[in-house]
Amino acid sequence: MRRLLLALAASFALAMPVHAQEAPPQSPVTAEAPLTGLAAVIAENAKSIAKPSRKTIGPIIAAIGAAGPGAPEFLEAWADKRLGERKSDNGIFLVESKGSVYLLSDPVTGALMGEAPRKEISEIKPNAGVRGLIAAALIEFQLSDANIAKRRAALVALSRDGGAEHLAPLAASIPTEPDAEIKAEKERLLGLLTIRYGESSADRVAAIESFGADLGLDFRASLNPLLATTRRAFEGAPEGNVAQELRPGKPGFTAEEAYDLLVAENRAPARLTRADLRAALEAHIENGAVAGIPLAELDTPARRDEAYDALEAAGLVPAAATDAEVAETVAAHRYAEIYAEPDAAVTTAAAAALKSVSFKVEAMQGADLALDALSLASIYFLAAIGLAVTFGVMRVINMAHGEFITMGAYTGYVVQLYISDYTLSILVALPLAFAVTFAAGVAMERLVIRHLVRRPLETLLATFGISIALQQLFKNIFGTQARPLTAPEWLDGAWVLNDIVGISYIRIAIFVLALIFLGLFLFVMSRTRLGLEVRAVTQNPSMAASMGINPDKINMLTFGLGSGIAGIAGVAIGLFAKVTSELGADYIVQSFMTVVVGGVGNIWGTLAGASLVGGLQKGIEALNPSNTLAAQTYMILFIIIFIQFRPRGIIALKGRAAGD
Amino acid sequence: MTQGFLSKNPSVLIFLSALAIFTLVITFLSNAYGAELISTSMVKTLGKTLCLCLIAIAMDLVWGYMGILSLGHFAFFGLGGYMVGMWLMYARTRDIVMQSSAGLPLTPQELSDAIASQIFGVVGTSELPAIWAFAGSLPFQLALVLLVPGLLALVFGWLAFRSRVTGVYLSILTQAMTLALALYLFQNDSGLRGNNGLSGLQNIPGLAWAGQDRLSVWFLWASALALGLGYLAAAFTVSGKFGSVMRAIRDDEARVRFLGYPVEGYKLFVFTLTALIAAIAGALYYPQAGIINPAEIAPIASIYLAVWVAIGGRGRLWGAVLGAAFVSLVSTWFTGGRAPDLNLGFYTVKWVDWWQVLLGLSFVMVTLFAPKGLSGLVDMFDGLRPPQRRGAPLGPDDGALQEREAQE
Repeated sequence: MRRLLLALAASFALAMPVHAQEAPPQSPVTAEAPLTGLAAVIAENAKSIAKPSRKTIGPIIAAIGAAGPGAPEFLEAWADKRLGERKSDNGIFLVESKGSVYLLSDPVTGALMGEAPRKEISEIKPNAGVRGLIAAALIEFQLSDANIAKRRAALVALSRDGGAEHLAPLAASIPTEPDAEIKAEKERLLGLLTIRYGESSADRVAAIESFGADLGLDFRASLNPLLATTRRAFEGAPEGNVAQELRPGKPGFTAEEAYDLLVAENRAPARLTRADLRAALEAHIENGAVAGIPLAELDTPARRDEAYDALEAAGLVPAAATDAEVAETVAAHRYAEIYAEPDAAVTTAAAAALKSVSFKVEAMQGADLALDALSLASIYFLAAIGLAVTFGVMRVINMAHGEFITMGAYTGYVVQLYISDYTLSILVALPLAFAVTFAAGVAMERLVIRHLVRRPLETLLATFGISIALQQLFKNIFGTQARPLTAPEWLDGAWVLNDIVGISYIRIAIFVLALIFLGLFLFVMSRTRLGLEVRAVTQNPSMAASMGINPDKINMLTFGLGSGIAGIAGVAIGLFAKVTSELGADYIVQSFMTVVVGGVGNIWGTLAGASLVGGLQKGIEALNPSNTLAAQTYMILFIIIFIQFRPRGIIALKGRAAGD
Repeated sequence: MTQGFLSKNPSVLIFLSALAIFTLVITFLSNAYGAELISTSMVKTLGKTLCLCLIAIAMDLVWGYMGILSLGHFAFFGLGGYMVGMWLMYARTRDIVMQSSAGLPLTPQELSDAIASQIFGVVGTSELPAIWAFAGSLPFQLALVLLVPGLLALVFGWLAFRSRVTGVYLSILTQAMTLALALYLFQNDSGLRGNNGLSGLQNIPGLAWAGQDRLSVWFLWASALALGLGYLAAAFTVSGKFGSVMRAIRDDEARVRFLGYPVEGYKLFVFTLTALIAAIAGALYYPQAGIINPAEIAPIASIYLAVWVAIGGRGRLWGAVLGAAFVSLVSTWFTGGRAPDLNLGFYTVKWVDWWQVLLGLSFVMVTLFAPKGLSGLVDMFDGLRPPQRRGAPLGPDDGALQEREAQE
């Protein structure tokens, strides 16, 4: 007995400290003093908080949100699964796992309140639906959070799925917003939410009108659902917010469609389709005939209808609507497109706003298209300028020009293998690509083209032989997969004017590069000795030779120059296109077109040709954006026809310089 | 006339007899009619090669004799193939639909719907495009084999020659034409199954009983016949006064015009004639190949055609045939993986990877050092040696080729 008492005492003594630690935490739930504010709400709803259900938790979250200080922190902890319930008395605590025990803290003040063994506490894990509700309630607090990042995050969340309940908190947070930028964003978001969820139609119309002809995608995204319509059929006058009444038989709404609509609304029986007719007849084949008509004769629609009518008369198949019945039913109804939005004032304002916006959008799209065309034109210009130079001076079409472009791109890739800084590597790659392709061009001129003087067709074929050899060589060296040529970081991203007009920095850089080359080329051609000699050889090689110019040397240099520019174009193109052995081949035909359209021997001709080809391609693509193949087809057709009227290109050499 | 024609062109008889002997030998070695020494796929390859020889003759006429470097003749070849392929595919699908239908006989509408959904299901439509209106009728479709490419050549040639586009401009323009056509056909809504192309063409409707063994030999005969007739027609074209004018246009176009010849008319006639020959070659080629898709008419194919003719020796009909047969067969051998690897000690040359490099470089060599191509070898055998010309102009005009200089 004494032993037992001793053991009891010992165990009690051992348990005491634990008990002492556990005692205070009971206060939030079971303390005698009446609870206030958040603590009271938590105590009242402890059970629901511990086992939240998406359907019933809404009011409790609202109550917590309205309970005053500590509410946002509590909600956050709840959503983050940092709350726990003590099983003994259903008390709610902030819990933190620490070894074999949980540290408990007060859910309102966050003050540490001791610890409890693992099995005493069950963690509260609200499901995703409940967490969503909590997050929605939190937004209200986050909108006025001291942390600017949190306010931004709340705005982003709201713009994704804001609802009517956010209108008031959002409006309330605007006057106290210290940051001007966020304030503007909040006001814009408030307007957008008002358009969709505003209370009175006057509010909503005012919100729509406050945007004017705003170009933002979000504004159009708010307007479009308001203007969504469904087609409905009515026996009398159309009801609801009617967008437009439809008359069957007009284009866009045929009688067929009208009947289908009636069938869909269960106002008319479905029509007998050909497949049904066939199935019905096949089900009634008797002795090689249907309703007395031999099978072999049932290969025309008329005979089949006859057979069906016979079966129908015999009561073997259900009656099918005849054409006359269909027409009658269609005529007996009225049809209309009905707005999903019931408020007519709002839809009218939205339609007007969208109309004024769409005009501006179209203008902006035109500007965007012009930018696109400009960038494409500068790419073609860069790719074609080398071709034009060699063709102008030597009357040689270099079919391997595309491979020189590829060579430049691969040079950039190899440079990046050794220099990891992208900015530096591009700066190294540009001159290096020029040097490599210049050398290749000079080698090709000396080894092949020089021996084929005045045989342009054979030169074309010989350079083609070089082209296929080089292409396969690239494949053997670099493999068939695309190699990366990464643009430096400061070229990432795009210059965005608004939601419609934007252009990536790489394309701007290419445009600038094209301008630089235009300037450089003009300078070399008109201000240097080399340019003078090149022009002389272009105009009349034999006369130039008799004036002491060495045409062979000039030919070699121009060929190298043209190839070098191709190499630089290759680096530029490689920055945004995939670097494969076929990179150049993709641009070569367009480059030929540019040269042919522009005319040879004049840099302005190449520029005009590139603008025409690039602009045309983008323009046709804009007319039929889903089909870029068709755009290219039509562009080439246009060029073939264009050549009819200007066989020597836009800017042709005249007089003796033309050579014929 | 016949006497004179043959004596002026001794190569015609030699060529025709060589072709006949070749065809007979293949027939007696084939699976269907003889010793079973040559596989059916080999017979097909040889048959296809004969078709390529035929289009090489067309290319030689227009380039070697006329001086128009057309980089678009494979467009006509492909169009011919498409036209005959439409009938093959339609008729075969019709047979399949008829066989699989049970119960009621099909109405014409149902039949055409079923065929359309069979053929065009792959591009997501089930309506028969308007251009398939005649696909059910063999005679119509065979007429289209000639009409469509012929009309395209006529219109394109008229536009191009009328505005006096010549030289490299014309080459680029023909290349643009074939690129435009290829891009157009690549679209799914072009009505010719987009990049899927037409397939199953090796199954000839109504001749299923014959089996591929026999069909392959029949197509070989047909291709040999077409090649023989094409050779005759081409030899006849270039032999008389007409041929002299053709060569004159090649060597100095302006002078011929000043002499009063309608240069544009000559050019247009030859361009269209060669387009027709190319179309016939294509119509025979694709039933043997079994599939046609737009990649076949990409510009590169036409450039290869020029390569064949140049390597064989342009300006001679048999040179073109020789080049096409030689290069395409050697290509097949090298790219088929059957050529043994070449071990250089430090590097093993795999011909699948390096064949194109070799072809490209040898092509450059041929243009540089042997403008007569393989046919120059025959000249050497005959004791005719070309002068060392390197760099010196060949003739009075760009692109001129003097055949007779070797005999001086």
